[in-house]
Amino acid sequence: MAIDCLILGAGQEVGKSCVVVSINGKRIMFDCGMHMGYLDHRRYPDFSRIPNYDQGRSSGSAFDHAIDCIIITHFHLDHVGALPYFTEVCGYRGPIYMTYPTKALSPLMLEDYRKVMVERRGEEEQFTSDHIAECMKKVIAVDLKQTIQVDKDLQIRAYYAGHVLGAAMFYAKVGDSAILYTGDYNMTPDRHLGAAQIDRLHLDLVISESTYATTIRDSKYSREREFLKAVHECISGGGKVLIPTFALGRAQELCILLEDYWERMNLKVPIYFSAGLTIQANMYYKMLISWTSQRIKETYSTHNAFDFKHVKDFERSMIDAPGPCVLFATPGMISGGFSLEVFKHWAPSEKNLITLPGYCVAGTIGHKLMSGKPSKIDLDKDTSVDVRCQIHQLSFSPHTDAKGIMDLIKFLSPKHVILVHGEKPKMATLKGRIQSELGIHCYDPANNETVSIPSTQYVKAVASDAFARSCLNPNFKFLKSSSGNGLQVTDERVSDGILVLEKSQKPKVMQQDELLLMLGENEHKVEHSCCFPVHIGNIESSERSSTGFWLRLFSARLSDEISAGIIVQDFEGHIQVESFHLSICLKDSCSHRITDDSQNKSESVFCCCTWSVEDEKIAWKIISTMKNFNLNPGQQDASNN
Amino acid sequence: MCHCYGNFSTGIDSESFQTCLSKGGGFHFPSCHILSICGFRILFDVPLDLSALTIFSPIPNDFDNLDEENCGCLESDKHRTLETTTLNARNLVYAEPCYKTVKNLHLWNASFIDVVLISSPMGMLGLPYLTRMKGFSAKIYVTEATAKLGKLMMEDLVSSHMEYKRFYGDKESVCPQGMKFEELDQLPPTLKEIALGKDGEDLGGWMPLYSAVDVNDCLKKVQTLKYLEETCYNGTLIIKAVSSGAEIGACNWAINSPKGDIAFITSSIFLSGHAMDFDYHALKGNDLILYSDFTFMHAMDDLDSGFNSAPVTDSIRSLASADISEERDKLAFVCSCAVDSVKNGGSVLIPIDRLGLILQLLEEISTALDYSNMKVPIYFISSVAKELLAFTNVIPEWLCTERQEKLFSGEPSFAHAELIKQKKLHVFPAIYSPELLMNWQEPCVVFCPNWSLRLGPVVHLLQRWCIDRNSLLVLENGIDAQLALSPYKPMEMKVLQCSFFSGISLNKVQPLLKILQPKIVAFPEDLRQISFQESTPFSILHYSENETLAIPNLKSSELEIPMELATQFHFKKLKQEHINVTRVKGELLVSNGKHQLISETKQADQLKCRPVLCWGSPSTDTLLAALSERGISGTVEGDTVDLEGENVSVVHVHEPNRACIKIGVAITVVTTADEDLAGRISDAIYSVLDNA
Repeated sequence: MAIDCLILGAGQEVGKSCVVVSINGKRIMFDCGMHMGYLDHRRYPDFSRIPNYDQGRSSGSAFDHAIDCIIITHFHLDHVGALPYFTEVCGYRGPIYMTYPTKALSPLMLEDYRKVMVERRGEEEQFTSDHIAECMKKVIAVDLKQTIQVDKDLQIRAYYAGHVLGAAMFYAKVGDSAILYTGDYNMTPDRHLGAAQIDRLHLDLVISESTYATTIRDSKYSREREFLKAVHECISGGGKVLIPTFALGRAQELCILLEDYWERMNLKVPIYFSAGLTIQANMYYKMLISWTSQRIKETYSTHNAFDFKHVKDFERSMIDAPGPCVLFATPGMISGGFSLEVFKHWAPSEKNLITLPGYCVAGTIGHKLMSGKPSKIDLDKDTSVDVRCQIHQLSFSPHTDAKGIMDLIKFLSPKHVILVHGEKPKMATLKGRIQSELGIHCYDPANNETVSIPSTQYVKAVASDAFARSCLNPNFKFLKSSSGNGLQVTDERVSDGILVLEKSQKPKVMQQDELLLMLGENEHKVEHSCCFPVHIGNIESSERSSTGFWLRLFSARLSDEISAGIIVQDFEGHIQVESFHLSICLKDSCSHRITDDSQNKSESVFCCCTWSVEDEKIAWKIISTMKNFNLNPGQQDASNN
Repeated sequence: MCHCYGNFSTGIDSESFQTCLSKGGGFHFPSCHILSICGFRILFDVPLDLSALTIFSPIPNDFDNLDEENCGCLESDKHRTLETTTLNARNLVYAEPCYKTVKNLHLWNASFIDVVLISSPMGMLGLPYLTRMKGFSAKIYVTEATAKLGKLMMEDLVSSHMEYKRFYGDKESVCPQGMKFEELDQLPPTLKEIALGKDGEDLGGWMPLYSAVDVNDCLKKVQTLKYLEETCYNGTLIIKAVSSGAEIGACNWAINSPKGDIAFITSSIFLSGHAMDFDYHALKGNDLILYSDFTFMHAMDDLDSGFNSAPVTDSIRSLASADISEERDKLAFVCSCAVDSVKNGGSVLIPIDRLGLILQLLEEISTALDYSNMKVPIYFISSVAKELLAFTNVIPEWLCTERQEKLFSGEPSFAHAELIKQKKLHVFPAIYSPELLMNWQEPCVVFCPNWSLRLGPVVHLLQRWCIDRNSLLVLENGIDAQLALSPYKPMEMKVLQCSFFSGISLNKVQPLLKILQPKIVAFPEDLRQISFQESTPFSILHYSENETLAIPNLKSSELEIPMELATQFHFKKLKQEHINVTRVKGELLVSNGKHQLISETKQADQLKCRPVLCWGSPSTDTLLAALSERGISGTVEGDTVDLEGENVSVVHVHEPNRACIKIGVAITVVTTADEDLAGRISDAIYSVLDNA
């Protein structure tokens, strides 16, 4: 069995995240995003590539049979933007899962986008407000860490991802195979959100974002100070600050930052939110406060951090009003809409300031402003805007940096990693690091490629009571390590077990005694024996006829010479090593004596040994040691040479 | 060689046991059980019996308002007449209140408990007594919402008690244990039964209240969970809280263990007006259901008829929606009574503790008042009121579907935030808050939790209004109203006592079990009298208080072997041809309640190389053939009898070296001094024996 990952979007690029994963007969779509940089068919993932997508077409539900569920990680448009199109236009009717905040906030993002596209750009709409509402009705909201049973075989679970309110990494398990799709995540906490959190999971695959595949970021605080300084300088010079953001996420984070600063510096300059949208968004943030950072969570009963005191609504008529102000306007990246309108008015004045997010999609005005310092920007073939204002690029980002990605992957230690949501050359570098530093297979497929990896499967064997009981108790075995002086500890709990495959029955594991009972057989032992003389020379000693003397002598020698992880036990009357049993044979004729040794019996001591076949190696090793036995080790060395 | 056996896990018991420590008493006093599975002891709920508070007198200065003759107390009143059947204030215990815990829990050594599962905020109120015990080290699992609500309830209890002490002075607490026998004996029968139990054994359960420090320490030991979050105890038990609908955060428990899957079902409500509904789908397919919903004992309807009245074919959904509309009617009735009182110039006192009822009544009463154009203030007086209300509007994930829909349309979950903003609802921490005194207006509607009517603001307000025949007191069912109201006599106030749903009504038990499909159900003994209409596909056990019930083995254990490891095994076909066997190799990994085999990370010195188990008996002919295949020739000496008197065949080997093979019934001994030959002979023997 294999896990097939079809990358429909965000393969070696950022935008329209969409991965369709088939595991053990189940097919899950992770994210259903749109690309902000395109206006043609390339803005949506190419859904027609989904295997078997049109099998159900006759019944009018093209994708219902092809996909078991959709999982949306967070409310950003490059992750959820194509969802209403897919459900309402393409006709997918199956379950859709997202966290509570994502379900609450996605419609706001989608509606905002729709308005920008239709009302301002005058485009033909891809989906209507009703589509958005209908689509959201199909969404099942989940809480973090809940194990959701999508159907009998498919289990999913959300983990906190930081990034934006409600962002989650999703774990999915089908049968014995499990994967994690990270979506976008942040490994360090910020002003309003905590850091990503995950359990140690057994995973076949991790699909990770890699926006900052090669960047290592230091503390955020210095960069937050830079931002505040730039804003403060602008307003004290009587300028206006335009902060183009999306309605949700960055707007709230920066607003908490500014509120805090306004409070500390006792500033009175107004902070505006464009349209009612963002103010309404704050309402959601207030209710969803348990998804924010620890610090904000703890103080909600006295003061909800999203009750902004300095924030007011902005009216279009105020664009050209005199005096300093700070304005949050949608959309981010100045891709159109109100932020573009304000940009046109404010950009020509050098007193003003425009802040830009850390990442802008190619094709947007934000992207143009970031690349170089243009003095003029062409909006279309007829209009252009002089840009004399200051530009401040926000260098803090809600994405994890390269260290964070490496840390997460190292912590999870999956069998395979697929990188998405990044820039091709940087992803290749990160892929190399994952393979060389962590020794994990890593892939960075392009859009519309499929990656296949093997999946885990278990044979499930019924364990007998006796075996199960013996499994509950550790059965430690200590061996002297052959390589060093240390003790080697092995747990032999399972080695008594025998796996039995019987036709048309479940596999069984039982203890060996139970096997015999089942078969109605008796054990038949196989033992070896040997009685051999050890040359001791002609020594005169009062003790030479005492068996105890020889046993002590042999046992001391064996302990010295048999190093390979053997513990020699010296019992009264015999020496034992594992099943090997050695005693001094005083009989004149022993049934275990085979060789007719011509050696003088008076110069030999007979050792009578028995052992089980399993210990034959050690047995013969001991016997050969014993045969070479010499009272004086020095002489023996000499004779060996 | 040295073998070392360690018994690190206690999980060797083959059987599971269950002991019911207390059946409890309704919504506020949930039942309490101990379950022993896989050798781990799990305690379900540690409640307090707050109804027992009614034996105490409310704060003493109440008596100033009472008639001269009633002003007596235990110590001074020698002439208390035992024959008085009507209770009055002077019969009550005149002392700082003590709290009644589950007495049977004290019989258990706290250090033997491994896991504590708390099902509701009410099931948590006795927890600080347990966590402060010496040797207590169990893992406590609680849902996040229950932990928060339980904390607030305990804090309110501690603060109300402190307030009592402030009024009462620092007089020593008199537990019933501390009372003299004569004093106890002189109590009227109703009080005596509460204090002593049926045969005096309840006496041991009384405790002075824990402190705020105990509460804090207790909360630090708690591990919080989301609904449906799987947590693993000791690698063996997978524990999951599943919404029960009884209260915000309240839950049933699903426990998966190698010995079987168990569902613990406590008081559950199918459809709730505030909390997330009873999620019974998540309890499907468990081996055992431990049924611990005792609400049927307090319900009005007759046991048998209730159980059988509804045809089993009725869907749970339709039964439940009938319940919720009945519940709405009750709330509407309470509202209309409240409006009537206010219209007549009376005030309404609602000393209800159930958070769900408070939240819904706040909304409904203010709507009803608006509707009838009555502008009277609503007060919510409790030391934790503000925090409680703020909390309920930031936990949409824990609420019922309709409340969740409000989140998605951008409205607050409950209307109280808006009511506060509109100055219709006023929230105060205590009755003596200066803001309250400034703000106070009558008539009014007051919510002030403490349904036993012995602690907190309700005591003062009852004293104030008990003689006003236009005022209304709304009580929950499940409290002995006569006893509870005895200190406030003569009682002129109208009293409305309402029974609200607090568990699974009997007509839903059968349809529910039909969906859940367990193998075994353990019912309380009190349900024995009811009979199932049809033969059930599951077997039924009955348990009773303080008796241990043995639970049969629920399922066989399983060992999971990764495919890639299993394919490396060398299977042998036995002479019973349909059977293949192999010896299991690998390391055992016990995690998430599963036994898994993983390939050995470090290879132990490979000194053992041969199979260790053989059976059957080799015949000399086949052995000779097998030997000659290996270039060994020998002769059979014929049957001889060895020293033990068993038949032995002997094969003498001459080529390539001398050896002797003695084949007995249960053992074959190979004697040779030639290592190579010994190996080859072993091979030959194994080829003619079955082995693994």
